[in-house]
Amino acid sequence: MKRIITITVLNRPGVLNRITNLFTKRNYNIESISVGLTELEGVSRMTCVVHVENDGMVEQITKQLNKQIDVLKVADISDQAIVARELALVKVPVLPQNRAEIYSLIEPFRASVIDVSKDSIIIQLTGETEKIEAFIELIKPYGIRELARTGTTAFPRGNQRTSQQKTYSFV
Amino acid sequence: MEAALKETKAVTKEISGADLLVRALEKENVEVIFGYPGGAVLPIYDKLYDSKILHVLPRHEQGGIHAAEGYARISGKPGVVIATSGPGATNIITGIADAMMDSLPLVIFTGQVATGVIGTDAFQEADILGITTPITKYNYQVREIKDIPRIIKEAFYIATSGRPGPVVIDFPKDLAAGFLQEPELADPEMRLPGYQPTTEPNYLQVRKLSEAVSKAKKPVILAGAGILHAKASALLKEYAEKQNIPVVHTLLGLGGFPAGHELFLGMAGMHGCYTANMALYHCDLLINIGARFDDRLTGNLQHFAPKATVAHIDIDPAEIGKNVATQIPVVGDAREALKQLQKLDGKPPQQQEWLETLGAWKNDYPFYYEENDVLKPQKVMELLYEKTAGEAIVVTDVGQHQMWAAQYYPFKTADRWVTSGGLGTMGFGLPASIGAQLADPEATVIAVLGDGGFQMSTQELAVIAEFQLPIKIAIFNNKALGMVRQWQEFFYQERYSHSKNPVQPSFVKLADAYGIKGYEIHSEAEAHTILNEVLHDNEPVLLDFRIDGAENVYPMIAPGKGIHEMVGVRK
Ligand SMILES: Cc1ncc(C[n+]2csc(CCOP(=O)(O)OP(=O)(O)O)c2C)c(N)n1
Repeated sequence: MKRIITITVLNRPGVLNRITNLFTKRNYNIESISVGLTELEGVSRMTCVVHVENDGMVEQITKQLNKQIDVLKVADISDQAIVARELALVKVPVLPQNRAEIYSLIEPFRASVIDVSKDSIIIQLTGETEKIEAFIELIKPYGIRELARTGTTAFPRGNQRTSQQKTYSFV
Repeated sequence: MEAALKETKAVTKEISGADLLVRALEKENVEVIFGYPGGAVLPIYDKLYDSKILHVLPRHEQGGIHAAEGYARISGKPGVVIATSGPGATNIITGIADAMMDSLPLVIFTGQVATGVIGTDAFQEADILGITTPITKYNYQVREIKDIPRIIKEAFYIATSGRPGPVVIDFPKDLAAGFLQEPELADPEMRLPGYQPTTEPNYLQVRKLSEAVSKAKKPVILAGAGILHAKASALLKEYAEKQNIPVVHTLLGLGGFPAGHELFLGMAGMHGCYTANMALYHCDLLINIGARFDDRLTGNLQHFAPKATVAHIDIDPAEIGKNVATQIPVVGDAREALKQLQKLDGKPPQQQEWLETLGAWKNDYPFYYEENDVLKPQKVMELLYEKTAGEAIVVTDVGQHQMWAAQYYPFKTADRWVTSGGLGTMGFGLPASIGAQLADPEATVIAVLGDGGFQMSTQELAVIAEFQLPIKIAIFNNKALGMVRQWQEFFYQERYSHSKNPVQPSFVKLADAYGIKGYEIHSEAEAHTILNEVLHDNEPVLLDFRIDGAENVYPMIAPGKGIHEMVGVRK
């Protein structure tokens, strides 16, 4: 099953290395990891999408992350009401005869064309992973020249806070 | 005007990065540094020249870090290591990984090339932060001179608090050599908002444990090295006695509970004793205090404590539930948890029948070996025990001899046992004994080594000779990589692929070359005489025990088997 884990870390040298290393060392399967600054100076936030076999594994991952000295907060937000987004850039070749067809796909996905050249366009798309994947499936037959995805970033909706760390029996 | 100028000068006196380092070490009351100089740490060495801290020069950096581990294990204080950049730093990697596995507090300084050339593959540059990240509790690279006092203070705190572990500080040469123009820094403030180890356990969980104890019919305590780190052995004894609960030890926990005690069942695990393993198999309540359910202890997890409610007290929450499903998790220091348990004063379990069964097993299935006309390693251990009244510090290497030491030297007290458990590092024993002896100069220290492992750190004899450390080096010489040979005998149809040592130096002559007395010992009678002669001498000695090369360690749980499936339990 897929879980979304957010990690708030002190932005110190080597911190990203420490976190990604942990995933390798413990043999965890990460689908994506995205990192960026937050509203607090010196604090970054990572969003990891991981595949796990059972709840015990998420618990282990969370505890191992929590143990890291630079980690301020870890939360498995998968079961909360969240907004999760990722951004994808897709470069697709266009021919005069399929241009209209391709453009007709873009609109329903609320994607936009951000670059146009003689024989190709770059489409920008944001949304949940499922939406991005559906779009990629549809556009595939036209030939994808290049594809780049940011990985998911997410947080809870409304007035829930990420700091509501998933609690385990012993905490 | 002039007076005012003089005054400012007095406060803004210059201080170098290396100076700050040495001062910080003095402030942490560091007694001994295990270090090896080189280009990148020369500024630091120049300052050490004037310092009162004892400096021990191993003959290989790996020896230095193992010595620091031995020192940390016996003294309870952090071991301090210095290595130069590049090869100096990569030479200590094994020791860092070893300390991480066995939760030993170390503060390690590695030299680094100057900040301006980091990342250019400069001479003797290695990415030590990158290399050590997965095997350290934490690591730093100094970026500004003014941070040095804070970083060192934090490093000592992190290494020694919570679950102890190694911390690396990578120190670029220009920052050690550079000066700070600022007024002398006051006590630095630590900045570790993400690090708050839990020491005080949750009362509700402790109460749950206490209730489970009252209901149990077959309770057992599994005591790990967490007992030793928390200095909780006296409390453990009090609690076990009060509730009449038997105690099993892990390899690393030995000494936490007195071996002769009637509630003591012995060491469990792959080469543990029958009673201890069977107690873990049949118990209905397993109270793990400070052990991490390592696979060498549990055997096949499917058959581990299958009928038990599992309670686990550990300072590291990530250990709880990692390998064994746990119904009563108690996060906290073993000492605090035992104190709370004591206070709760729960009803003792109804375990009379259980204690009788265990007593019968203890009686029927002691460790055993068969004697013949060749010197038996178990006999040597028994003699060492007898002639040191069981009060020596025993340091081992890794292999068969390590298991015989664990089986035949029943420790009466805590902190007399140094062994590489988690990583199982050959070459650990001899240097670790140096650190142990420095930590406790009055103690009799016995280094129990295999002939293979001894040859991995032979060069450290020089340190023993230099400081005239009265270590008793006992080589269990079976002219083989014995543990490997044993596995090949059992599991690879006696195909002894590269496990028999074809060439071996004369260890006695080797010792002699370092100015250390040495004896070859071929029989029990010789062992008696020579041990009587040398054990209480205040000088080093090397004893080359020519033991039976065919001897195996029993009992044994074959890999993949359950804890109840021991072989070789009885004559
Ligand atoms: C650095 C290292 N290399 C290899 C091993 C694998 N190993 C475990 S025990 C052993 C044999 C040790 O032989 P010896 O030191 O003679 O001790 P004995 O088993 O004979 O008592 C080996 C090779 C190890 N534990 N550590």
